Amino acid sequence: MSAAIEIPYNSTERPDTGLYNAKLGVWLFLASEVMLFGALFSSYVLLRTGAQTWEHGAEILSVPLGTINTFVLIASSVTMVFSWASLQAKNLARFKLFMGLTLLCALVFLVIKGFEYRAKFEHGYLPSTSTYIALYFVLTGLHGLHVIGGVIVNSYLWGPGSRMWFTDPQRFTNRVEVAGLYWHFVDLVWIFLFPTLYLLPGK
Amino acid sequence: MILKDIMSAHIPEAAGKQKTIYIAVGAALMVGTIVTVAAASVHLGIVVGIIVALIIATVKGSLVAGYFMHLFSEKKLIYAVLALTAVFVIAMFGLILSSNADQQGRQHGIFQVPQRHVELHHKATAASASGKGEHVP
Repeated sequence: MSAAIEIPYNSTERPDTGLYNAKLGVWLFLASEVMLFGALFSSYVLLRTGAQTWEHGAEILSVPLGTINTFVLIASSVTMVFSWASLQAKNLARFKLFMGLTLLCALVFLVIKGFEYRAKFEHGYLPSTSTYIALYFVLTGLHGLHVIGGVIVNSYLWGPGSRMWFTDPQRFTNRVEVAGLYWHFVDLVWIFLFPTLYLLPGK
Repeated sequence: MILKDIMSAHIPEAAGKQKTIYIAVGAALMVGTIVTVAAASVHLGIVVGIIVALIIATVKGSLVAGYFMHLFSEKKLIYAVLALTAVFVIAMFGLILSSNADQQGRQHGIFQVPQRHVELHHKATAASASGKGEHVP
């Protein structure tokens, strides 16, 4: 026979740090993500500066599609923060609406990215074509995997995970907040990826 | 319809004050995206073009981190985590860029090979040509 042990600071904030567990945890995770994408960006810098020639992204990639995708991700960040604010207002229906819109934006982003990838393959642009194209696929591919990860987590929170609202609303609100932190980070990475890959001049 | 839903969302005071800010930040990010694309269409040259693009991206990134991720009003421990991360990122970029600068410098004659090594190389080449095969460390 064993008594259930309650883990402290899942719902409430720890007095000395002012943070609940998941928030500190997700920031530590995001710190590791900064190192991951930082390593890839520094690889881009090293490979570009060491290359004799470099493609101008706008001549190979579709700037209009990239711009639309940037708008879509920004819109998804706005709806994500509103889904959290709706739970702060104790309005689950609004949460579902805004989280649903966030998921919709994420799917639109992935579909557009899929069209872009197909166009590249059809035109014979493969990772083996050049260093620039290889970096394009690695960076956008890794970012796309992060979007898919966000879709999985947000879908859970929108669907079965939302049952926690009726048993522990504060903890559920916290979960949505940390999922939002991750989602905004994915948006932030794209804000740097878009000009780097699509807009910077070649040489 | 969606905008109407956003504007009419009943949000308590703490988050309610943020409602207008979130929309304004979203709008600013979209304007920033248009500015980025417009700036890229102007022929600014490689270096200026890169600097302009990165400045706009940094401003946009700061808006996302500051307002959407609430970094402008976060707890000290989070700042400490991020400061430590910044140290490692800067070190990583610094090592890679310094390595690159070294390579570029050699290619362009900025960093000269020490004269003693040049003399030893010439000596070894001459010895090899005459069949002596003198070893040069």
